[in-house]
Amino acid sequence: MDWSVVLPYILSGISVGGQYALIAIGYTMVYGILRLINFAHGDVFMVAGLMMIYFSASMPMYYSIPLMIIFTVLLGYAIERAAYKPLRTAPRMSIMISAIGVSYLLENLALYVTGGLNQNYPGIPWISDSITIGGAVTKRVTIITPILTIVLVVALILLIKHTKFGMAMRAVSRDFDTAQLMGIDIDKVISVTFIIGSFLAAIGSLLYFTNYTGVVPTSGAMPGLKAFVAAVFGGIGSIPGAVVGAFIIGICENLIKGLDSVLMVNGIISQQFGFATFSDAFTFVLLIVILIFKPTGLFGEKQTDKV
Amino acid sequence: MNKPGSTKSFQNKLERHDRKTQIVADLIVIVICLAVLFLLDSVLDSSSMIFVVLKKTAVYAVVAVSMNLLNGFTGLFSLGQAGFMLIGAYTYGILMIPSGDRASVYQYFNGGIVKFSLQEVFAGIFGGNAGVGMFFGVLIALILAGVFAALFAFLIGLPVLRLKGDYLAIATLGFAEIIRALFQWNTIGGLTNGSNMLRKFPSFDSIVAGWAAGCPFVAAHIPFFSTLLPMIIAAICISLIVMLIHSSYGRSFKAIRDDEVAAEAMGINLAKHKMLAFCTSSFFAGIGGAMLAMFQTTIQANAFKSSMTYEILLIVVIGGIGSVTGSILGAFLFVAASEWWLRFLDTEMVFADAGTKTGFSVFAIAIVVLLAALVIVKNRGKEKKDFHRIAIIASAVAFIVIAALINYLLSPSMNVPLLRSGFRLVVFSLIIMIIVLFYRRGIMGTRELNWDSITAFFMKRRNAEKEGGEKA
Amino acid sequence: MTNENVLTLSDITMQFGGVVAVNNLSLDVGQGEIVALIGPNGAGKTTVFNVITGVYEATNGSVTYKGETMLENYPGFKMRKTYGGSNAGKYTKRIVKTPDVITSVGIARTFQNIRLFKDLSVLENVMIAMHMHLKSGYFSDMLHMNRTEEQKLRQDSIDILEMVGLGSMLDDQASSLPYGQQRKLEIARALATKPSLLLLDEPAAGMNPQETLELSHFIVEIRNHFNLSVLMIEHHMDLVMSIADRIYVLNFGELIASGTPAEVQNNKSVIDAYLGANEDA
Repeated sequence: MDWSVVLPYILSGISVGGQYALIAIGYTMVYGILRLINFAHGDVFMVAGLMMIYFSASMPMYYSIPLMIIFTVLLGYAIERAAYKPLRTAPRMSIMISAIGVSYLLENLALYVTGGLNQNYPGIPWISDSITIGGAVTKRVTIITPILTIVLVVALILLIKHTKFGMAMRAVSRDFDTAQLMGIDIDKVISVTFIIGSFLAAIGSLLYFTNYTGVVPTSGAMPGLKAFVAAVFGGIGSIPGAVVGAFIIGICENLIKGLDSVLMVNGIISQQFGFATFSDAFTFVLLIVILIFKPTGLFGEKQTDKV
Repeated sequence: MNKPGSTKSFQNKLERHDRKTQIVADLIVIVICLAVLFLLDSVLDSSSMIFVVLKKTAVYAVVAVSMNLLNGFTGLFSLGQAGFMLIGAYTYGILMIPSGDRASVYQYFNGGIVKFSLQEVFAGIFGGNAGVGMFFGVLIALILAGVFAALFAFLIGLPVLRLKGDYLAIATLGFAEIIRALFQWNTIGGLTNGSNMLRKFPSFDSIVAGWAAGCPFVAAHIPFFSTLLPMIIAAICISLIVMLIHSSYGRSFKAIRDDEVAAEAMGINLAKHKMLAFCTSSFFAGIGGAMLAMFQTTIQANAFKSSMTYEILLIVVIGGIGSVTGSILGAFLFVAASEWWLRFLDTEMVFADAGTKTGFSVFAIAIVVLLAALVIVKNRGKEKKDFHRIAIIASAVAFIVIAALINYLLSPSMNVPLLRSGFRLVVFSLIIMIIVLFYRRGIMGTRELNWDSITAFFMKRRNAEKEGGEKA
Repeated sequence: MTNENVLTLSDITMQFGGVVAVNNLSLDVGQGEIVALIGPNGAGKTTVFNVITGVYEATNGSVTYKGETMLENYPGFKMRKTYGGSNAGKYTKRIVKTPDVITSVGIARTFQNIRLFKDLSVLENVMIAMHMHLKSGYFSDMLHMNRTEEQKLRQDSIDILEMVGLGSMLDDQASSLPYGQQRKLEIARALATKPSLLLLDEPAAGMNPQETLELSHFIVEIRNHFNLSVLMIEHHMDLVMSIADRIYVLNFGELIASGTPAEVQNNKSVIDAYLGANEDA
């Protein structure tokens, strides 16, 4: 088995897995609290990428990066306030439709502003440098991503487990109405959830677009969907679950992309089978499988309905 | 006691005339619509947008109503419509490409594995009559488009229909993406042409052109006929769905939407009925997909993304979840607004002179100030803390916009700001957000536009007048 | 037939995780009887209904209806350890039926919290309950080729509604009805499924004494008219004592007494747990 062929795919899998994880956390946290699939989250990720391009065109890096993060967070906060808060008492479908509407708006705004042309992401010094691992050439971001992801996730989990505010977040996640009755400031908890999610998405976009340097208005849709699948796979509401799910998806989808080459090099098949077409679809196959066999996800909890 | 009674006796009277009167009234409406369409054809240029809009409306109306059947009437939130449209479109395309064109369409796949086309098969059966052959070809192709979509729905439904709410939505979304990947897979390109598009199959325009070749009347009124064709197909499909809604099974679907547990307690087998609703909805979505193929003249799997499903969902929401009339209206408004009415927003316009530009800028600044003032005044009654917050935000936004306008005023550019390609869709998305946030029930809510609701409306008017008269 | 009981519950236990909601309950309902199930709130009464109708799968025991086993289960390995394993060997099969199947064999139920189809009309609510009797297939129904059958369904529904006293509000929206009439509609709906056994879950809840009296007459009347057997959960003792043939008393999931109204009324453990001493006998 020739590992040198597989290695680059595994590396990019880990890298993109970490980036998906950062997005997935946003999804899982919001769903845990609001039972809302925030369809717009992927597009916030994309807008962060665009913001970086425009800021860095007129400002040095050490301004544009923090500015991009701040504005992405503001965007996430504003979306929650404008599009989700008014519908909190509405049937669940309404708020999901609102999320779809916001996603539609963001993509059209991006299309308008960019004119539909592929925008090139600026090269961020140091992390976009090339390095070699085990014979495979890749960018430094490939190594940085999993490390940074784990650091951020651990920090987040510590926040949730050991601070009073984290406890409030957990309470709201468990039982929305009772938490309100207990005097917890629901608005604040929800806003902070969106802020954290958007912050992580901003970081994720920084890492992701350093790797896949083209940004188009639809750049957020697929990663967003995949990140959401990762969240469901790991157990919606569970942050470690979302991270594990994201890494699995990232690695598997990249392996599938390379499957043709790997199998050919090792003489298992003689002709391209066209697996790469399914690298995206794989994520959804995974989704279907988990929904059928364990809908609560890997680390999810069972819930019983009362009649 | 009297008021409800009199309405009831009138309604009973209406029911007795009912069948005959309603059918006559319906026929009159149909004739009027045809006349209007004919008039449009005579008056307008054949390239006028209205015909394109009406054709696309017919297509989207079918899919929107099918989604409403599933979503609004049975309460199953499914996001897989694009996948079923894709199956329907490809079934139609694969079966209807003339054998002579196969080699060029399937150029990378040796002409593909399907070597015949339905219209030729039927023409052969009917002694070489191409017209009859085309009729049956299209008919059977449309039906098969629906059948295959329903078949896939059955397979997908088996594992997926027992999932609740959101999970059903993303599972169906996931399946739609899997189907999209499948139809782009080059390994089965012999059937699907892989990632290349399908073309050369009969479209609305080409079919009517065929009629025109043999009949001068048709040739003189091509827009009329090429718009009529999709509308007839749409009318048939939608009528079937409406009939379903008014049947016993339709009632059981509504029961499932209202309260699943109670429905089951009333003897309704949830799995069976959900599957029926799912397959029926997908059947018509498949036909809608085939109609889309006939409208677009080319189809490509890659275009059937989840965004297509979102558009249909937005149409259903705009029209009112649970209203068939609403879905039809919503389809028309959606297509008209996005393709036609807002088109001017995409074209760059230039001010004639500095005077016009200044006038426009001053006007715009005035509007911004007015809006900000309105927001502030309207929220005057709120608590001090809230009020301050709103006032600050409104002022800040107004300030930024006015600064931008002044900047523009002072710049040499004579172009009207904002108006360029893509602005139309931005405005459109904003309108949709406004509807979603402030008009959640859509245009029609759950009401329908039919003879009952029209008579009820006039009855209320008449009773109200009577009461007013009696009181005086 | 050895057993002329319409319904027999044997050793029914319902366990949710660590909570035993119903413990080893056996009861039966004879043909034509009105049997009442009483007890404090949380005693497990609605759980019993849910087990009978197939909403829950019992942890142990069997439910037999007209001689046929509708449900049978035995504790899984894990449960056997916690449950204790008594009666463990008695049940060996696992028979489950979904609620719609239970309804189709003739067991109908009403709900403690009214579960009408709120957005639909009174008539539609009842016609939906008739749907299970539809003989025509999906396609002939969709294409309206079964108008005669549809008419008959409609007329049967109107008949039931008129019998219940709701004949003048057929087209009113179900949620617009006053509470008492909503309860009547619930019962009418259950009757439309053409049951032999009617399970009523607190039919008199929220009713004043006058309405309760009318209801008691009504229940006896439909029992006679439709040849039903009735199992009823109730808290209104006047209703229970006046029309019930037999009573079962549940407390914390256990059967603490059973018998005729007179017997139960004077049973000490029942008085302690639930009824309280009779001040004005």
